[in-house]
Amino acid sequence: MSAKSTMGSESEVIPSDQLSTRHLLGIKELRAADIELIFRTADGFKEVLGRPIKKVPALRDITIANLFFEASTRTRVSFELAERRLSADVVNFSASGSSVSKGETLVDTVNNILAMKVDMVVMRHPDPGAAVFLSKHIDSPIINAGDGTHEHPTQALLDAYSIREKLGRVKGLKVVIVGDILHSRVALSNIFCLKELGAEVMLSGPATLIPRHIESLGVKVEHDLDKALAWCDVANMLRIQLERQGGDGIANFPSLREYAVRYGIDLARYRKLGKELIIMHPGPINRGVEVTSEVADHANSIILDQVQNGVAIRMAVLYLLAARIPRSTV
Amino acid sequence: MPTVPILTNKAVALTIERLCHELIEDHGDLDGVALVGLQPRGVQLARRLRKELVRILGDEKLKYGELDITFHRDDFRQRTTSVAPSATDLDFSLEGRTVVLVDDVLYTGRTIRAGLDALLAFGRPEKVKLLVLIDRRFSRELPIQPDHVGKWVDSIANERVTVEWAGTDGQDRVLLHTDQVDARSSDDVAHGTSNDR
Repeated sequence: MSAKSTMGSESEVIPSDQLSTRHLLGIKELRAADIELIFRTADGFKEVLGRPIKKVPALRDITIANLFFEASTRTRVSFELAERRLSADVVNFSASGSSVSKGETLVDTVNNILAMKVDMVVMRHPDPGAAVFLSKHIDSPIINAGDGTHEHPTQALLDAYSIREKLGRVKGLKVVIVGDILHSRVALSNIFCLKELGAEVMLSGPATLIPRHIESLGVKVEHDLDKALAWCDVANMLRIQLERQGGDGIANFPSLREYAVRYGIDLARYRKLGKELIIMHPGPINRGVEVTSEVADHANSIILDQVQNGVAIRMAVLYLLAARIPRSTV
Repeated sequence: MPTVPILTNKAVALTIERLCHELIEDHGDLDGVALVGLQPRGVQLARRLRKELVRILGDEKLKYGELDITFHRDDFRQRTTSVAPSATDLDFSLEGRTVVLVDDVLYTGRTIRAGLDALLAFGRPEKVKLLVLIDRRFSRELPIQPDHVGKWVDSIANERVTVEWAGTDGQDRVLLHTDQVDARSSDDVAHGTSNDR
């Protein structure tokens, strides 16, 4: 019988079931072991969410600020539900009508909120790198809820988790990400996450929406959607971000109708594949553009599972990051 | 570090059998009773009890569940032990039922406190009873007492009790370790498990 070594202080021992990072800024900083730990913890929270009382007391001494400098509905609601179901106290902050419009800097804004004894920050920001920047100026754990066109780590985690739930694994699967890769933080985080977990990734979409040299991330590019779909097990249909198109005075594709014909999936295209392709979409769906209603509501569509799993994944991330905050003894 | 066996194979089996008969004595044919093992180590005992009860009663209708209490612990962020959960499996209603919570070692009572909290998230049982294989008397930090006990052990803080099971550890036995190096490690159970508190 081997007893654990008792030499040395307990606090020096960092068990293998802790995250290797204090913040969740992007998937790029995570290792496969971190992602597996998040999934394992999310399994537990998924079970909690099926109970009559969908709430646990784990984070009852933690206060979390949700700072949304960019419009968001489902991500904000998902984070807020996750926080409340962990019994955390929640404060919400959105950019409109705040001191940001009076010229306050990001660091000042956040430090003012933290001065009110807030323990963790969830931030959505329109500028790429905002979360990384903030992490260099404040001590509290930061969760990136989307920074411009950079990363959206919790979305990628819930996407991979939903694939794992539906198909039992991620390793070795072939996933195609379709659409506006250029403007998509979801695409970049998904590429990092799926690659780290051992899946193969292909990108498909109009040449104007696929960044040059993206192959350097170890992904394939196929502009013919039918060929891409024939290759893959899972298709993640990204939303055409109408608000980000043409902002630079250049239209990236001739019309939504043409996009829908070339890069949308309708029932005819789906049936022609002759296989059980899994359909995903990070939402909100432009029905009839990325997928038609028949495909969005198809038995092999896991779009609503993604939304449901989002709460469990965010609970897991918040819980595991909170586990690394030293407990106040006063 | 001296290690003394408290119970070994035969004695463990006899103790489990006696506990089963105690349950039947108190609750008849166990209609309306649910056996719920606490993760991770209590479920080993609960599974054995269930198997034995099914053998004695000759039917399989006994309600059985497993409960993880990780998210209900009061020592989250104070310890460096596992924060990741084990599986919970409770697929029946607790309303109106007598629940027998099962754990291997009762020590400070904090695990059971968390277990009660987790259990009540599933509904309102009529009664909750506590069954443990080992009761470390005089070491409680909360006013929690067991209803059914395999064996009482009087131990001091720098001693540890570990329970091993044939299914996972090779044989059934309960060991008492006296650890003179560091009193704080008294609640570190070998194998990294953490029921002994």
